[in-house]
Amino acid sequence: MPVLLRCHKGIGPTVTGTTLVAADNFSARYDLDRGKGIFSRPSHKLAGQSYVERILVLDTAKGGVATAWMLHEMKVRGIVPRALIFNRVNPILAQGAAFGGVVLVDRFDGDVTQIFRTGDELRIDPAAGIVEILNRDR
Amino acid sequence: MRLTDEEKAMLVGALGEPRRWAIAHQIAVGEFFDAADFVPVSQAHIMADTESLGEAGVRFLEGLAATPEEERRVRVPTITDPRGIDFAVYRRLGQTPEMAALETRAIAALRAFGVLMTDTCINYQTIMAPVRGDHLAYGDTGVVIYSNSVLGARSNFEGGPSALAAALTGRTPRYGYHLDGYRRGTRRFRLTVSPADFSEWGAVGGIIGEACGSYWEVPVIEGVETAPTSDALKHFGTALASFGSTALFHIPGITAEEAAFAGSPPAAAAIGRSEIAAFLARYAARGDQLDVVVFGAPQLSLFEMEAVAQALDGRRVHPEVTVIVTTSPEIKHAADRMGLTRRIEAAGAVVAQGICFYQSYAREMAEANGWTRLMTNSAKLVNIIGGYGYRPTLASLERCVASAVAGRVL
Repeated sequence: MPVLLRCHKGIGPTVTGTTLVAADNFSARYDLDRGKGIFSRPSHKLAGQSYVERILVLDTAKGGVATAWMLHEMKVRGIVPRALIFNRVNPILAQGAAFGGVVLVDRFDGDVTQIFRTGDELRIDPAAGIVEILNRDR
Repeated sequence: MRLTDEEKAMLVGALGEPRRWAIAHQIAVGEFFDAADFVPVSQAHIMADTESLGEAGVRFLEGLAATPEEERRVRVPTITDPRGIDFAVYRRLGQTPEMAALETRAIAALRAFGVLMTDTCINYQTIMAPVRGDHLAYGDTGVVIYSNSVLGARSNFEGGPSALAAALTGRTPRYGYHLDGYRRGTRRFRLTVSPADFSEWGAVGGIIGEACGSYWEVPVIEGVETAPTSDALKHFGTALASFGSTALFHIPGITAEEAAFAGSPPAAAAIGRSEIAAFLARYAARGDQLDVVVFGAPQLSLFEMEAVAQALDGRRVHPEVTVIVTTSPEIKHAADRMGLTRRIEAAGAVVAQGICFYQSYAREMAEANGWTRLMTNSAKLVNIIGGYGYRPTLASLERCVASAVAGRVL
């Protein structure tokens, strides 16, 4: 029986994928080598790891406005996360997800960096505000 | 969201494809944040450097720019954040003709909308400062936090696509810092020391930003006895916004709005000499070979340009070090006229206009020039630039200049 979690209504179509989780924050400009598709900021907890086609689960957005363009640019090149899950985002991530067509949900009941584990298989339905953990029953 | 008849007309494309795209994008964002309706804005400010846009973003702009003029013209005065290229100096910085070509295309597309190419992140100092209660669609976190806090204007962070959308519709979804309820203090800090210079103001911004860690927190900073200068609050605000993604702060008696708390005031966290020293120590690299010194992020005011010129007078930048000074086109023209540019360049530094370094292909510049160790008095820049492969050091303007002359971090 999958674990079913509710969140605020999000952005984008229903997707499935595998998580990459860290209790850290996110900015496409500050944290990523968008050419290689990896986290490049040395102090980031996911430094060196690939974000391509993963469902990123992080705490919140940080820093500047560039992510609003960059998610679109990453999506067009196909070097982009499958979806984004945050505790609570700033406007830039929502704007970037809406512009780039990247799935985004936030505002769960609890800390998403504790709820989800790296390697979880998820089904995200942003329109309904529902996320299912498919490979765990608790 | 509740839509007016005009907004409904935009949504069905009756006012052309650019406005249809724009209002649809804004509704998606507005509904995500539970906005009830739209609010008219008096200005838009678009961050659209080509490093962020990429080929895909430029093509998107060109697509909208190819529509009939009456469909694509912006509805409110719309200005731009720093760009990726200063055509006068880009080759010297190791940027490529391909980058310049993409920049040329982006500029042509933005001009087709009627955008004024101000290329600045200090528009509140140089173009037109907003007034209290002014609803805006500003890009650039430093511009938003200064305008919201020091001036009492009302803007969320509007990324490039959303700021363009606001320019095309003349409005923005009413959520976040457009609403009274989000503007009350949520965190409380007490400054027990006066920051010595802009790098220390930035450090204080960084400390508070890291403690807040959220767009939705509003810090109240007590203990500021004397009004800081606009440049000091510029460095403080940009660092706060960079480290914390924070968009509004209050300093009682100094910033525009009453520093009311949402509930009973929380306990104040003290920030003094030891906290600032610890923050600066994170970036310490005394004795390291120095590659590049950057004055920017935000672009320099006229007074900062003069300070750089004074610090460089009679000195010569070490041959292995590049010193880059970034400012807005307006200030560059003033600096040219007043002889400041000549004095800075006589010492071997580069003065660039309309860029802000980190928005200018910083990774590619590092690779082209072999740059690793960077020094700056901008706390915002040291926060950003690590992800681009640099090892940054934060220090006063005077120490940055002395290090540039010596060729190593002093």
